[in-house]
This record gives sequence, structure tokens and C-alpha cells, in this order.
Amino acid sequence: MLFTIQVNNKKIKAEKGETILSALNRNGIIIPTLCRMKEFTPTGACRMCVVEVEGRERLVTACSQPVEEWMKIRTHSPRVIMARKTIVELLLSNHPDDCLYCDRNLNCELQKLSEELNIRERRIKGKKTKQRLDQSSPGIVRELSKCILCGRCVRVCEEVITATSLDFINRGRQTHIGAALDRDFNFSSCIQCGQCVLVCPTGALHEKHNITEVQEYLNKHEIVKAIQYSPLVSAGIAEELGIKYSKDFDRNLNAILRKIGFDKVFNTGTGTDVCISEIASQLSEKIEKKKEKALFISACPAWVKYAEQFVPSMIPQLSTVKSPQQITGILIKTIVADQLGVKPEKIFSVSVTPCMAMKYEARRDGMMRKGISDVDTVMTVRELARLIRLNGIDVTNTEKEPGDEPLSGRSSSAVLAEVSGGLAEGVIRSYYFEITGKEIDKQLLKKLRSPGVFRDCSVKIGDNEVKVAVVDGLKGLEKLRTAETAGTAYDLVEVMTCQGGCIHGAGLPFISSKEDLKNRAKLVYQADETEAISLPCKSPSLINLFSKLLKENKDISDKSIFYTHFEKKNVLL
Amino acid sequence: MAEDIEKILKKYKQGRREDLIPLLQEIQSATGYLSEEAIVKVGSHLGLSTTKIFGLATFYDQFRFFPAGKINIKICNGTSCFMNGSQAIIEKFREELRIAPGQTARNGNFSFDIVTCMGGCFHGPVILVNGEYNIHVRPEQVPDLIKRLKYIIEND
Repeated sequence: MLFTIQVNNKKIKAEKGETILSALNRNGIIIPTLCRMKEFTPTGACRMCVVEVEGRERLVTACSQPVEEWMKIRTHSPRVIMARKTIVELLLSNHPDDCLYCDRNLNCELQKLSEELNIRERRIKGKKTKQRLDQSSPGIVRELSKCILCGRCVRVCEEVITATSLDFINRGRQTHIGAALDRDFNFSSCIQCGQCVLVCPTGALHEKHNITEVQEYLNKHEIVKAIQYSPLVSAGIAEELGIKYSKDFDRNLNAILRKIGFDKVFNTGTGTDVCISEIASQLSEKIEKKKEKALFISACPAWVKYAEQFVPSMIPQLSTVKSPQQITGILIKTIVADQLGVKPEKIFSVSVTPCMAMKYEARRDGMMRKGISDVDTVMTVRELARLIRLNGIDVTNTEKEPGDEPLSGRSSSAVLAEVSGGLAEGVIRSYYFEITGKEIDKQLLKKLRSPGVFRDCSVKIGDNEVKVAVVDGLKGLEKLRTAETAGTAYDLVEVMTCQGGCIHGAGLPFISSKEDLKNRAKLVYQADETEAISLPCKSPSLINLFSKLLKENKDISDKSIFYTHFEKKNVLL
Repeated sequence: MAEDIEKILKKYKQGRREDLIPLLQEIQSATGYLSEEAIVKVGSHLGLSTTKIFGLATFYDQFRFFPAGKINIKICNGTSCFMNGSQAIIEKFREELRIAPGQTARNGNFSFDIVTCMGGCFHGPVILVNGEYNIHVRPEQVPDLIKRLKYIIEND
């Protein structure tokens, strides 16, 4: 039901039941917000969005107050602006003034607000509390002095990720965000997904930077510098650097990376293809032997850590195939090293991913061979963008170059794996091809692409009815459990920690709306539609790898390098 | 102590979040403080994360996370006591015992906390020493008081 309300002496249309904020936003009036997160229930904690409502003595928070017919609202009256300004000034009163050195400089919501509200001096001087810098976690750094206690990270961790590793500790002036028993982050149940980093308005949470290490190695001449990047990276780089993305940008990126100083540029997509075909053969073995329990795809390192901590009973069901990054990493350290005639320890292998948990995964137990780690350093897309800027490379003016063999080609299933449900789809495609010798009709798996945190479908392959489930965001695990207790026995389950899959990974540029996420998904689906090779087993790189390179290499006898192991983790839950 | 906790946990149904505060209170009054072990056990009993429990428990002044001293001193810092000079008393205790409010001395003899109002506003500053109220306390009396308490501990 629409009705009119009066805002700043003008009439605007509002809908019954919506908040003041959404009515104002729809009508082109911008109200600053801070603690608000879309898709979450409003808390009205930060008071940033206050407006003046005639007849109300106090200012009203627009984000939580439902709009009513009698309302006469003033959104930018002197009183309102004064209130907002004071709030930001109070937040700044004990904030460290080190924007120049801050991770989120020019990309900080607090900085933006103080600029918007024209704050030009430190009017309120607060006692600066000396907070510790927590660098204990492999991927995430916490700088508590920059925290403004908006509580977004706490809510994401509890309501979306369901790991609940962060909460407010103490109260009043001593309040801070901390993990269990206020210990350092590495003791906590954090699964390294990095969603808290994505929602943090300031630089209080950010990724651990590996740029300095990479730079150091780039200048060592005796070392071969190899880099792999996953299929989503070029789109992410284009997004971060503000240039238009075209399908060919992958090839530009190859040239850019070589200019920076990398000797060998590989595509993680080849590893994804290996991962998909290995999981497909595990699935085929499972169905052949009529094993009852479902096979869980373990390509998402945050999900693996979640399972190891919270549901250790599931560990035997996890597929032991390494993640694409680790597979490409081990191939670089074995086959590429052999081809180049260098020892694996003389290769510095960097991986660029949209994921933050990969930083943790690269350091996992079981991710090395003969004491040499599969991947030496993991950078997020944001870090790579920084490295590109640092090296003064004009991204709009680069040549197109192919990647390096043997790890350059990939199927479109490898791209599809970047969205939730894509990996499962790829595995089913491969399995279908293995059994029937034909390519699957993509329409059969359409249900796996529908929205929602949990989706499933069943396909008839050969004589068997194969049931697939996709858990999009860990919240969907509950629905999976309900479905399983109701009697549905799934064959294959894919779990992605971040909602939407890797396109919502914490290493990608900061986004403000779901629209950006949809655009990323669209790019992925487009690539899958238009590219010629959709099956991993038809990708020339993979055929070459499996039929020739793996057999020729004296060092590797079988495919065991693609496998790892998982075990129960004891952390403070 | 582990048995104490188990015994208390048995009284409460599993998975009922609303029992958290009474449960923590009962454990604290039985064992004197909330140990890490207790928090973890309560977490698995009620299906809550340790982070949440610790966050909630630190919100309230009534919970402590390490054992109190043999003698626990509570100093009132409510409005009335504050006006009557409780700050000087707190400073004096800090100096004499060499611990900060909320801490326990290494030898485990003393601990002191700051509380807001114990209902003796007319007699401020009020301090509570092992269940016994002392009123109209002056800073110069503190060293004597501590000496007396040390004597009690040594001869107990």
C-alpha cells in the first residue's frame, strides 16, 4: 500500500511496512549509515542514520523505524547534521590518525563519513587506548585500535558463517571485539573465510599482506618465479583497477604479470580440471561400490576447517582431493620444475586467488612434498592490484600474451567452479561423460543454479539416480541435515563457505550491493556458455598432463600428489 | 573441581540457552570463579560457542575468570562513596597490595574489586572484607588493615 509522507517539505511516496531509510533511498535521498548491513535486521546501534520526525522529541533512527503516514521528516536539518557530526567526531576521538599507513586508506567508510560531514579538526580528544595488534592468524590481521565497535563482523560470523568466533568482550570503555577467552585469533574457531574483513568499515580487520615477501623474491635472479591465478582473478583485477573487463583480459593479465617479473604464468584452472576429474572418479567409485554416505567436495578450505572443528564425524566423508590451488602448486613444483631442469626449492610459487582461506590452506599440514610446500605464498586479488600499481604498469596499454605451458588451458567447468554449485556441476558433467560418453544436457542441472542456501537435484546417469546437493553458505548445512534425516541419501554434496561461492570471496574488491555479486556470477555463466570446451577431460592441457607428463616424470609414480588428508582440530569452539 | 561442574551441569537441560546466566552463577559460587574448563563445558552443554559465553560473562562484573584471593576486598565506588573519597582508598589499596582492581596477587592472598554501591551510602566510603563491612574508611587506615589481614592469613 502506497501513501505519501512529507520529507524536507516535499511529498514522497512510501510503502507500508518499510523503514524510513528504504523509503528515502528509493526517492533519491542519501542517509549515511554505519552499522547497517543489507539483508540483516537493523539494530540502530550507531545512530548514524538519525532523522528528525516532527512531533517526536528525540531523533529517530531511519534504518529501524517503520515509516508511518503522518510523518513529516527532515533529513538534513542543522540538528540532524550536528548529531551525525558529533557521532563521527566521537568515533574519531580515540581513533589512530594513521590513515596514510592504513590498509583501507581511500576505501574506508569512516574516512568517507568524516569527509562527507566536513570534519576538519579533532574537536573531541579522547584517551587513546593501546590495543594489541593480533597477527597470529594466517590470513587475517586484527588492528583493534581502529575498531569502531559497529559489530558487523560479529553478526556476519554468527549469522551467516555460523562459526561464532567473534564477540564483544567487556563493556563500557573497555569493550573490544575478541575471540574466545580473549585469546589470539589462531586459538579461536575462526575458519579463515574472511567475510568479517569484507564487512569491516575501517582497517580494523584486513588480510595479512605478502607483497613484501613477493617483492623480495622477484629480485632474486637464481630463483624461478612462478605465479598461478584462478579464473576469477582477471575480472577481479579489472574491477579493482576500474577498467572494463573483456573476456580477453586473461591474456592481458599474463603480460602484466610477466612485466612485474614473474618468469612463468600459469592458470589455476588446470588444477581445477584435475580436481574435478579426480572427484568424478571418486564419485564413480562410490556409486560403483554402493557406499552409503555422501561424498563432500573439499575444495573450499574454510569449509574443510569448519568440518574438522565442528563436525569431525564428517571428516571420513570429505573428498581427499586437494583444492585446485594446491594441485596447481604441486604440479608446478614437480612437472614444471622437471621441465625447466631446476630443483623444486628453487621455484618460488605464488598463487593469486579471490579467497582468504587459501592463505591458511597453503600452510596446512599435508600440503607439502618432501619438505617443500606446494604453494609458497598466496595473494588476494586486492594485493595483486596493489602490486600492479606498485610496479607502475599501465593496465590499459598492454599486449596480449598466452600463459605458459603446461598449465595454461582449462575447460569452462573450471570457471564455473567459482560460483556456488559450479564445482558439483562440473563433477556431474565429467561423471556423466564417463558413463554415457555423451555431454550432459545443461538444463538437467538447472536446479543447482537457483537461489537459496540449499538446493538439490537428481539426475539419471546410466542405471543410477545420482542425487546432488549444493550448500551455498554454511547456513545451508542445517537444511542439508534436515533433508538427510528425512531420508534423502545424497551422492555428492558441495559446500561453499561464502554465500554465492568464490565470487563472494574475501580477497576480491569490496562491494556494496548484491548487484555486483550478480554481475560477477553473470561473467562466470557467460564464460561457461560461450567457451568451446566444457568438459575437463576434453581440455588439451589436462589430456597432455594425464596421458604424457605425469607418466614421463620419474619422480611421481601415481596421482597420490593430488591427495591430502584431514583430521580433527582441537580449538576453542 | 571438574566433578563439581559436572554435577551442576546435570541439573540443567541440554541446549537451553536461557539457562546460561544461572548456570554460570552456580558454577561461580561453587568453584569461586569461571575457569576455562568450565566455560568450554558450559558451551558444549548448552550448544553455545565459548566466544559468546566469554563475551557475555565479561559484560557482567559479577563473574571472575581466575580465583579470588584468600581475602577478597570489595571497594565501593558508587556516587556517595566516590564523593567521600573512595578514589583515594582504591589508590591506597593498589599501592599497598601492588595489584590492579580485579586482579589477584601472585601468592593468592589478596584480591580486590571495585563495585558500584553496596547500599551503605550514608557511611561512605564502604569496603567489604571477606563478608564484613568497614565504614568511613580513611586511606591512612589501609596499611593497618592490611597488616591485620596478613596476620590472620598467616595464623589461620
